[in-house]
Amino acid sequence: MAKHNYSFYPGCSSQKGASSSNQLRSTQTICEELDIQLNDIPDWNCCSASIGYAGGGELPRLALSARNIALSEQAHPDQDIVATCAACWLATREANDRLNENSGLLANTNEALKAGGLTFKGNKKIRHFVEILIEDIGYEGLKKPVTKPLEGIKIAGYVGCQTNRPFGIDGESFENPLYLDKLIETLGAEPVENYEKKVSCCGGALMFSEPEKSQALVKDIIESAYDGGADMIVTPCPVCQLNVEVYQEQINKKYGTKFNIPSVYYSTLMSVAYGRSAQDAALNGQVIRAIKLEEIAAKS
Amino acid sequence: MSEQYRNNFLREVEANVEEGEWVKRCMQCGVCSGSCPLGPHWEHPPQELFMMIRAGKRDEVLKSSSMWMCTSCYNCIARCPRELPITHIMHGLAHYAERLGLAPKNQQTNKFAQRFWNNLSKTGRVNELKLTLSFYFMNGFMAGVKMSLNMQKVGLGMLLSKRLNPFEILGGHGCKDSKGLQAILKKAREIEDAKIAKFQG
Ligand code: SF4
Ligand code: SF4
Ligand code: SF4
Ligand code: SF4
Repeated sequence: MAKHNYSFYPGCSSQKGASSSNQLRSTQTICEELDIQLNDIPDWNCCSASIGYAGGGELPRLALSARNIALSEQAHPDQDIVATCAACWLATREANDRLNENSGLLANTNEALKAGGLTFKGNKKIRHFVEILIEDIGYEGLKKPVTKPLEGIKIAGYVGCQTNRPFGIDGESFENPLYLDKLIETLGAEPVENYEKKVSCCGGALMFSEPEKSQALVKDIIESAYDGGADMIVTPCPVCQLNVEVYQEQINKKYGTKFNIPSVYYSTLMSVAYGRSAQDAALNGQVIRAIKLEEIAAKS
Repeated sequence: MSEQYRNNFLREVEANVEEGEWVKRCMQCGVCSGSCPLGPHWEHPPQELFMMIRAGKRDEVLKSSSMWMCTSCYNCIARCPRELPITHIMHGLAHYAERLGLAPKNQQTNKFAQRFWNNLSKTGRVNELKLTLSFYFMNGFMAGVKMSLNMQKVGLGMLLSKRLNPFEILGGHGCKDSKGLQAILKKAREIEDAKIAKFQG
């Protein structure tokens, strides 16, 4: 049995063939290195993220998250719930907090859950995977498996919104959280100092419905990474990663820019520094290839 | 509908909109409005919406496209001196407007969000490819073709890197107990409907 066990909420976008499946791959790789075991919540459902509100009212949305928590309580009673997707984490933690604070909502939600044979108790902690790394493993522990320090690479740590607000990582500020920069340093790379767009919004799910307005936001995020001399952007959020990576060609067309900067998950970065293969690091999942990381991964 | 609220939209919002009971605590400082990433595109930014609710401008608020511009970035919540859950009130207003059939019909985020919900409530999980395709084609066939041509580069890149699985559209992932999930959602909806009906007298 692994040293650290968690009840894992994978989320839809990490399913095989979905947009963030490369995050799951590299997350599994670092879990192997750090002796972490993620136990999937059996038969989990989507949480409806921050965009389900048009079709789903408050109670149906709370019930979605409550179902996942109830299933976790049944299957993994002694384990904290962990999510890697910022939106999943946020929705689940919000539901957990609100149900614990509001007895009326709790009664209604449990009445709904009963229709599916479940009950929400609410004695679980809902944590982001980054919290696990920083609080349960610690920077020292995160440094131990590093065999290929990422020397000479400059990285803009793009934290985005939902990993940062409204909860954030314990002990960090909303305006300038430092954990991602510290992680970059721990892996031997150099963080861009005072990365201006560190906690700016990329448009999130509105990238689909308001592409031009959202791409204007992403343009600023990328520009400020280039201004800081970054070779690549690293992020803890699957939606940020996607939005910052895949629209660069369209932005170039519209604004006459020449963007071509890789955007990777922290877990990809860690996998490479831990000496794992390009495949284990999910480097083949990049739309814009991270050549510098590929080179390090290829070195023996 | 809502006769008794004719002159008291604030009370209606407090009763029927998610976190609506917070609206009266707004002190109109404007910090939230200055925090929205898509700020310039809001017809009425959050602070203004709160003022309009108190002024009883029911139609102008509910028919507005404003709250559909919310990206759920939580900037406002982090900064509001009165700790209003602004993000949730925006979601709540959008949902309530949609529920009453007052939301703007051609609002793209509304359409996308509806499809997202339909997609997930059927199987319990979101099938990204179906979701993307249905969104591109919902504006009619020609517009859909044009839009997907525009997006082709992106889609191809994603396919090449194996992150959008073309076979997903044929079935894809889902919960095993989708019946149980649907029963839960149906019950939750019933409870909520009853609550709203009660306040409508
Ligand atoms: S937030 Fe996104 S990835 Fe997470 S469960 Fe919901 S839809 Fe799926
Ligand atoms: S930066 Fe974008 S994707 Fe990331 S959390 Fe914010 S809105 Fe969501
Ligand atoms: S920041 Fe808070 S108090 Fe200020 S206008 Fe917005 S909601 Fe009102
Ligand atoms: S959460 Fe919504 S309302 Fe609040 S600042 Fe962000 S976009 Fe504006």
